Amino acid sequence: MQIYLPIAEVSVNAFLLLGLGGMVGVLSGMFGVGGGFLMTPLLFFIGIPPAVAVATGANQIVASSFSGLLAHLKRKTVDLKLGTVLLVGGLVGAAIGMVVFNYLKAMGQVDLLVRLCYVVFLGIIGSLMFIESLNAIRKLAKAGGAPAKRKRDRGVLSKLPFKVRFHTSGLYISIIPPLIIAVLVGILTAIMGVGGGFIMVPAMIYLLGMPTKVVVGTSLFQIIFVTAFTTLLHATTNYTVDMALAVLLLVGGVVGAQIGTRIGLKMKAEQLRILLALLVIVVCGKLALDLLLEPGELYSIGAAGGQ
Amino acid sequence: MLRMFLLLALCFPALAQAEEVVLGLSQKRVQITTNFDGSEILIFGAVKRDGPAPSGAPLEVIVAVEGPSTALTVRRKERRYGIWINVDAVEVDAAPAFYAVATSVPFADAITKTEDLRYSVSIPRAVRSVGAPMNVKDAQGFASAVIRIRENSGLYQLHENSVTLTDQTLFETRVALPANLTEGDYKARIFLTRSGKVVSEYETLIDVHKVGLERFLFNLSRQQPLIYGLLSLAIAIAAGWLASAAFRIFQRN
Repeated sequence: MQIYLPIAEVSVNAFLLLGLGGMVGVLSGMFGVGGGFLMTPLLFFIGIPPAVAVATGANQIVASSFSGLLAHLKRKTVDLKLGTVLLVGGLVGAAIGMVVFNYLKAMGQVDLLVRLCYVVFLGIIGSLMFIESLNAIRKLAKAGGAPAKRKRDRGVLSKLPFKVRFHTSGLYISIIPPLIIAVLVGILTAIMGVGGGFIMVPAMIYLLGMPTKVVVGTSLFQIIFVTAFTTLLHATTNYTVDMALAVLLLVGGVVGAQIGTRIGLKMKAEQLRILLALLVIVVCGKLALDLLLEPGELYSIGAAGGQ
Repeated sequence: MLRMFLLLALCFPALAQAEEVVLGLSQKRVQITTNFDGSEILIFGAVKRDGPAPSGAPLEVIVAVEGPSTALTVRRKERRYGIWINVDAVEVDAAPAFYAVATSVPFADAITKTEDLRYSVSIPRAVRSVGAPMNVKDAQGFASAVIRIRENSGLYQLHENSVTLTDQTLFETRVALPANLTEGDYKARIFLTRSGKVVSEYETLIDVHKVGLERFLFNLSRQQPLIYGLLSLAIAIAAGWLASAAFRIFQRN
């Protein structure tokens, strides 16, 4: 069944979109990520204009994150105070990212920037995660599963001013590092159309030293507001949010996430992480090849005046 | 009397040979609905004559359907720093979103180059590009790229020998409109030619627009972007809440 998308102005198969949403939903349920970093490139592949894919991707993440946050609020695994600090930084970052996005769009380089961001970040995160989980599996085989103690010493980070106590996370740290991280992730959100969970979660664990159990909920909390803000900015400045596309992806994603969660429960954490790492690396490799190999069509058509 | 009429006809050949198009369309409007999957328009008609059909070169028919024109920016990728990025850009002044030409004989036989230039019938004539920046090499390549890309996606079509012409009088052809259609007024032009010269031209409009939900969403996103954005978010949040609620019920059972 073909569906004509009113904003993207292309006609696509509705079941393809439902399936795509479902597939990404399964993965996001299994791995606990928003799935935006997969969804946006997949939308490029099926012919959705990049600007529409980025804006609509942000809208779709609001839905999946909200669903996840509700579950975490019930379990009281959300640090609202630290989440608010991250939120302030994230909103500032999203606004900066939007300015950069529109500036590059006028120059005709927005495609390149989005793809470069994907290649760089997917490459880094994918390889780090792959090495880390490989080590974890090896350690597990050797030591019989004794968890490694996390270092409490964070060097320079503990000497910064503006210290605040975060009860839920059990932290007493300066608000500067979380703010900086949030601004950077916010910029990426606006440019890449992703929630930034796949960057935010490792940053919260390894850089801020937050306990793992509150990380996902807190990250979801701030992702909702940042992606909602990004959606609004895209809707009001670029008119690129496609509601029909978003709804189709949502329905598939919601169903897929529940199946994914069940699959995820049956697998070991290290196996899951290594699979996710491989997936990230494959997506990254495909995008990198597109940049490195000579494209079949050198010319591309855009609207006049760079709009 | 008859002799006088013939004499008159010889003095005013144009008057005697006047051939006009009487046209019919299977649909005057195309509505882009949610499940729009392309459309086919049947264009048919007859040649109306005051007298008998003139002898000599046979009559040929050209049908051209043209979508709304917009200015475009065409960019060309080049290899820089090891990766392929957009470097040169050329503005194309006007390119129709859709353009289909159907002829009753091969295009070159149906109309001469000069007549094509005057009436802008062929696909390259439909894409108008004037000033390319001086520093851009191979500026002509940009206009041909527009044609090539749009031909590949079915937006520009040339169908030779696809107009059936019966007894030099009745003609019909079908034009397939693809699924990825832009809305606007589509111009249908019919040319009657004899030995490459246009003897008659007829023009009519086909109204292509989004209807229903498509229309509503598109208008809302342009006229009330803030409300549209908030509505998108409301849907997202409602869907997220529903999913979590449904999951909980599912788990309890």
